[in-house]
Amino acid sequence: MTGAGALSAMITIDGLAASRGLRVLFEGLSLSIGPGEVIELRGPNGSGKSTLLRILAGLTRPYAGAVRMNGAAADGGLHYLGHLDAVKPSETAAEQARFWARFFGHDPLMAASAMKRVGLSSRADVPGRGLSAGQKRRLALARLLLDPRPVWLLDEPAAALDTDGRRLAGELVEEHRAGGGVVIAAIHGEGFSGARVVDLSDLKAKARP
Amino acid sequence: MTGSLALFRRELRLAWSGGGGAALPVGFFAAASSMTPFAVGSDTSALQTAGPGVIWIALALSSLLPMERLFQADLEDGTLDAYASSGLAMEGVALAKTLAHWLATGIPLALTAPLLWIMLQGAPEASLLVAGAAMVGTLAFFFFGSVGAGLAAGMRRGGLLIALVTLPLYVPTMIFGAAALDAMAGGLDWVGPLMLTGSAALFGLATSPFGAAMALRMALD
Repeated sequence: MTGAGALSAMITIDGLAASRGLRVLFEGLSLSIGPGEVIELRGPNGSGKSTLLRILAGLTRPYAGAVRMNGAAADGGLHYLGHLDAVKPSETAAEQARFWARFFGHDPLMAASAMKRVGLSSRADVPGRGLSAGQKRRLALARLLLDPRPVWLLDEPAAALDTDGRRLAGELVEEHRAGGGVVIAAIHGEGFSGARVVDLSDLKAKARP
Repeated sequence: MTGSLALFRRELRLAWSGGGGAALPVGFFAAASSMTPFAVGSDTSALQTAGPGVIWIALALSSLLPMERLFQADLEDGTLDAYASSGLAMEGVALAKTLAHWLATGIPLALTAPLLWIMLQGAPEASLLVAGAAMVGTLAFFFFGSVGAGLAAGMRRGGLLIALVTLPLYVPTMIFGAAALDAMAGGLDWVGPLMLTGSAALFGLATSPFGAAMALRMALD
């Protein structure tokens, strides 16, 4: 099970169960994730992919079990890209990128190169409300580049992206992986190359009396 | 720390650019106070008696208005998720946001107060003190309000809950604040009540970020 070996694991998930309201979504998830691994979370709608990502991001409490972040993951933190893009309607795309750079404690000048990388240079002065769904997604992806963090948690990163955008997301993930980072992504369509698949429907909670 | 600071600057910019965040509360404050002469009559002494109370009630209600949107927008568009997962403490988020909104809305409210004070036949010499007392009072109102705003975040039409939770917390500030204005009008010692208003504001500033943060973590869970 433990692909990269438990010793070097950046993230250890132990007997995790998640609930939404009164329903247990999945249970008994144990996983050890090492540097340079890409995990693809699969499963039908409502199987708990997004909830698992929120638990890993520290936003939601698990129903049972525990998550441990070790080594670089514990020190360097993580990026969480939920299914919402965190784009403000009244700020321009460039302003938002500069804000995130500042927020992460970096020079706002680095925002320009991140914007270029995600293909938004020509839309830099457009306020958030003028961006298409795909462009908002690209702006969210830019956040990943504004602070090097070892763990990326991505909820449907390719949602709303065009072919080009999907290729971009694939490249970003591959670069991050090659640099020893961890990517955990909830995915429906085409996956990432070399990813380890975790299917949550295999862990569906049994009905309790 | 850098995160909170960047967040504070962003909130200030958003509050000003988003169509003037202060316009509605200030307009409401002015309109509510201007109704007094119609209700209590234009008799000078009657207005002078009612003035301090009216100003504080209107100030408290106007401070409630921006609370519904304080965290709601960030929760709806996923920004709060991004803040919370970044490692920045939620207390820092609540503090930075509330302080920025107080600067953007609370200060304009406080600066409007002397005009209404004079309109209600208050002594013009006391204008500066009225503005100062209103500044301290709105600081208390905004911070106590942030707890209610956190609790109501993620609720549809949470405004009523904010009012129910927050208004009782406003009462001490209102008593001390109105007492200070009363004392100013009567030529009595106003320092004592003003200090008590200030202590309410400091209490709010010191405690409410924790309450708001706890409520927000619940809203995200």
